[in-house]
Amino acid sequence: MDRREFIKHIGGAAVATSVVLSACKSGDEKPQPLTGILDGQGEMTYRTNPNTGDKVSILGYGMMRLPVEGGGTFRDHPDANIDQEMVNQQIDYALEHGVNYFDTSPAYCKGLSEHATGIALARHPRNSYYIATKLSNFSPSTWSREASINMFENSLKELQTDYVDYLLLHSIGGTTKDLDSHQLFDTRYMDNGILDWLVEQKNAGRIHNLGFSYHGDVEIFDMLLRWHDEGRYHWDFVQIQMNYVDWHYADEYNTRNTDASYLYNELHRRGIPVVIMEPLLGGRLADQPDYIVKQMKEREPETPVARWAFRYAGTQEGVLVVLSGMTYMEHLVQNVATYSPLRPITPEEDEFLMKIAEEIMELKIVPCTACNYCMPCPYGLNIPAIFGYYNKSITDGAMPAGNREAKEYWEARKRFLIGYDRNIPALRQASHCIGCGHCKPECPQGIDIPTELHRIDDYVEQLKQL
Amino acid sequence: MLRKIRISLQVVTMTLVTLLLLGIGFRVHLWAGWVAKIQFLPALMALNFGVLAMVIIAALLFGRIYCSVVCPLGIMQDFFSWLGGKAKKNRFSYAKENKVLRYGFLGVFALAIIIGFAPVTTLFEPYSAYSRIVNSLFKPLYDLLNNWLASMDAANDRYNFTEVQIWTRSVTTFVVAILTLLILAFLAWRKGRVYCNSICPVGTTLSFFSRFSLFRVRFDQDKCKHCGMCEKNCKAQAIDFKNGTVDYSRCVVCGNCLDKCKFDALHYTSQKPVAVSKPVDKERRAFLVGAAVAGTSAALAQTQMKVDGGLAAIEDKKAPKRQTPVTPPGSVSARHFEKHCTACQLCVSSCPNNVLRPSTDFMKLMQPVMSFERGYCRPECTRCSEVCPAGAIKPISREEKTTIHVGHAVWIKENCVVLRDGVSCGNCARHCPTGAILMIDYEGPNGTVQVPAVDENKCIGCGACEHLCPARPFSAIYVEGNEMHQIG
Repeated sequence: MDRREFIKHIGGAAVATSVVLSACKSGDEKPQPLTGILDGQGEMTYRTNPNTGDKVSILGYGMMRLPVEGGGTFRDHPDANIDQEMVNQQIDYALEHGVNYFDTSPAYCKGLSEHATGIALARHPRNSYYIATKLSNFSPSTWSREASINMFENSLKELQTDYVDYLLLHSIGGTTKDLDSHQLFDTRYMDNGILDWLVEQKNAGRIHNLGFSYHGDVEIFDMLLRWHDEGRYHWDFVQIQMNYVDWHYADEYNTRNTDASYLYNELHRRGIPVVIMEPLLGGRLADQPDYIVKQMKEREPETPVARWAFRYAGTQEGVLVVLSGMTYMEHLVQNVATYSPLRPITPEEDEFLMKIAEEIMELKIVPCTACNYCMPCPYGLNIPAIFGYYNKSITDGAMPAGNREAKEYWEARKRFLIGYDRNIPALRQASHCIGCGHCKPECPQGIDIPTELHRIDDYVEQLKQL
Repeated sequence: MLRKIRISLQVVTMTLVTLLLLGIGFRVHLWAGWVAKIQFLPALMALNFGVLAMVIIAALLFGRIYCSVVCPLGIMQDFFSWLGGKAKKNRFSYAKENKVLRYGFLGVFALAIIIGFAPVTTLFEPYSAYSRIVNSLFKPLYDLLNNWLASMDAANDRYNFTEVQIWTRSVTTFVVAILTLLILAFLAWRKGRVYCNSICPVGTTLSFFSRFSLFRVRFDQDKCKHCGMCEKNCKAQAIDFKNGTVDYSRCVVCGNCLDKCKFDALHYTSQKPVAVSKPVDKERRAFLVGAAVAGTSAALAQTQMKVDGGLAAIEDKKAPKRQTPVTPPGSVSARHFEKHCTACQLCVSSCPNNVLRPSTDFMKLMQPVMSFERGYCRPECTRCSEVCPAGAIKPISREEKTTIHVGHAVWIKENCVVLRDGVSCGNCARHCPTGAILMIDYEGPNGTVQVPAVDENKCIGCGACEHLCPARPFSAIYVEGNEMHQIG
C-alpha cells in the first residue's frame, strides 16, 4: 500500500478539517480528528545537532513524493506538473507548525524536486529552516568531477540559496553490474577527488554538515566510520533506514541488509547524529493486517496505526530527524501532531512493537519494491505484479485463513484466485517460472526471486486443489 | 389451452438448455443438467433405460409431446415457423407421409450407430445440433458480455464474473453450426416441421409409438364446417380436413389447430369428442424467443488490460500432432467414446480449463478431444464427466481421476530448453500432480544437466507438463493418448 491508500484509512472528516485549516492558516488550531487524544497537544519536539548546535525538528519533510496536478504523485501521473501551489501550502503549514528540516535531492521527482522546494522555501527567511540535499549518482555520466561540481552548484541555484545545511553522499553501499561496492564507491567519490572537494566547500561555509545515506553493503558503512575514527573524514550526520521491523529483522527478510540496531549503535556511540529514512518501511507499517491493527487499537483506540512507527523512529536520543515523504496535507497534519510533542516509546511499548515486528515477519511478505530491474523476464512473467498482488493480499488480510469449513474461507479463496487472474494474465503467472535464475542478480533487494515465485505458485496450486 | 401449456413448457426447456449450454448461473449443470440427460439419443447412447422408457410411455399416452417441449431443435424450428406464419398466414396444406425418406434415413442412422460412424450420428442428432448452434454462435457473444461484466466487476472490486478466453475451438464445427441453423430456419419458415417428420431419427422413432397414443387430436365431424383452417395452420402438415383425419405419426401436439378452429370441432382427448364449447379465442403473443436471443443483444468490445512495456512477448503454443487423440477421463476408451458421443459440445463449453475442443477428424467429426495449449486437465476438475448426457464420459470422482491414465507424456529432447537454451528448468516435474516426472542427470553438450524423464507408470496424461513447458510454440514434453484408458 502506498501513502495514497493510507490516507483513505484516516477518513473523510479529517480531509475536510485539514482543508479548512490550510486555508485559514491559523497556527494554533488543532485538527482534532487526526491527532487523537494523546498527541498534538503541545509544541514540536526538537533535537540538537552537537556539531552546529542546530535545533532541528524531529519531523523532517521528505521532498521525494511531491503532489502533482491532477492528484497523486509522479507515479500516478508521470507527465503531470508538480502542484506548486499545494507544495507551497504544505511547506507553509510545516514551517508554521515547527518543521524546519527539508530533505531533497537532484534525482527526486524526475529532477524537479529541488526546484519546487526552492520556490516554496524562498518565500520564508533562510534562517528559519535547514535544507538537506545530496550528491546523487543516478547515472555514470554524472560521476565525473566536473559533472559532480555542476550538480552541487545547480542544487544551490535551484534551491535559491548559497549554502546547504546538510549535504549527503547519496546511497553509498550499492553495486552495479560491473562494479562491486568498493569499486563503485571509489569511482563515484574518491578517484575524482569529489569528497575532498566537498570538504573544501564545507570549510568554505557552503556546506554546514557533511554526511551520507546508506543502503546495501555494510563494509562500506564500516569503512566510512573507520575513516571517521581515524580522523580522515568527519561525518556530521548519517542517514539510515530504521523502523521497528528493521531494528532486528532487516537481515532476515534480506540477507544483504544490516539490522538497524547495529547501524544506529555504531553511529550513536561515536556521537554522530542519525537521520532516519523509511520509518514506515515503504508505507507497509501504516497498512497492517486487521489482527495487528486490533492490537494497536486496543492499546490506544484513537492513535493512527502509522503513529506507532513514527514514535518508534523518533524515540532513540541519537536520532536527529525522522523523514517522511508527505504527499498530502493529511499526512503532514497527522505527523505534526505525532511529534508535537513526541511521546517516546516506553520500554513496555518497545517490547510490544518487537512482538508486532515478529508477527509482521511471520506474514512472509516478499520485500519487493516494484523497481522493475528484474524485468523483462525472458519467459514472460510479470514478477513485480505477482509479488505485489501477493503482498497486498497478505497485508489486506485477504488471504484465505482460519477454519476451512467456514463460508468466509471459501469466499476469501475465491477472491484471491479471481483477483490473481485479474491482476496477472495466466501466461505471466508464477506457474510459468522455470527457475532459470536470470532475474536473481538484478534484484537490488537481494530477493531470491525464483524461490519466492515457486513458493507463491505452490500456494496458489494448493488453494486451487482444495 | 393446449397451445399455451406447450409454449410455456417450451420456454422453460429452452431457457434451461440454453443456460446450461452457455454456462450461465451458479453451478448450472447441477440444477439444469437433467434437461440434457432426458434427451432421447444421448439417453440411448448412455443406455439410460429409465429416460427411454419415460419418453416412449409419454409418446404412447400423449403423442409426440417430446418433439414439442423437450427437443430444443424442435422448439427452435417452431420459432422460425412462427416467424414464417407472421409473413404469410394460413400457408400449410396436407402432405402425404414420405415413408421412403423417413424409414430409409432411420435405417442409415441406426446402421451408423451400430458401426460407430460418427459423422452421421453427430450431424443428425437433434439436441446436439442445437447445442452446437448455441456453443458456436451464441456462446462467444455471451462470453463477450461476460467479460464486459467481469471488467466492470474488477473495476468495482466485485467477484461475480470472471474473465474467460474467447476462441474458435474448431472451424468445422462453427461452419456446421451455421449451416444447420440456416437450413433449418429456412425449412421451418417455409414448411414447418418438415425436418422433424422426414429426416429426424428421433422423430421417426417416436412416430412408431405416437400412432397409438391414447390422447390425440380428434375431429368432431358434427361440428366441423370444413373451413380448412386447421389444415392451413398445421406446421406438421398432418391434418387432412377433407377426410377428417390426422396423421398421428407426424402430429407433434402443438395445439395450433385447436386454437384455430372456430367451431370447436377439434379436441385433444382420449375419447370420442363430447361437446364442451369454449368460444373465446384470444391470440396469444408468443413469448418463446427466450434466452437464446437475449444473449446476443450486447456485442461489447472486450477491454484488454494494458501491457507493461517491460514484459517479454509470449509466443502462442501450437498443438503437436498426436498419433492417438487424448479423450477425457471417464470416456473409458477411444472406441467407447466414439460410439457414445453425440458431439453436443456441452463438455466443450463446460471445460473451465480450455482443454476440450471438437475434433476435426472426419471419423470423429466434432467429438471432443483434449489439447493443452491453453490449459491442462486440472486434478480437481471432473466437470465434463458430470455434464455428459450421453454416457460418453462416465461420471468419475476426483479420486478416481487420479488413477485414470488417459495418455502418457513424451519428452522431445530437441525442444527442451535445458539443452536448447542452456538454462535450468524442471517446470514439468515441479507441476506434475502425480510425481511422474523425475529430473535426471544427462550428459549434454555443455556438461551434465538435469532433464525430465517420464515414469510411464505414474503418468495420467493430464497435460500439466505440456502446458507449463516453457518451450514454444511446440512443447518439449507432450501427451500421447491411450487408446484404452488404463486404470490404477
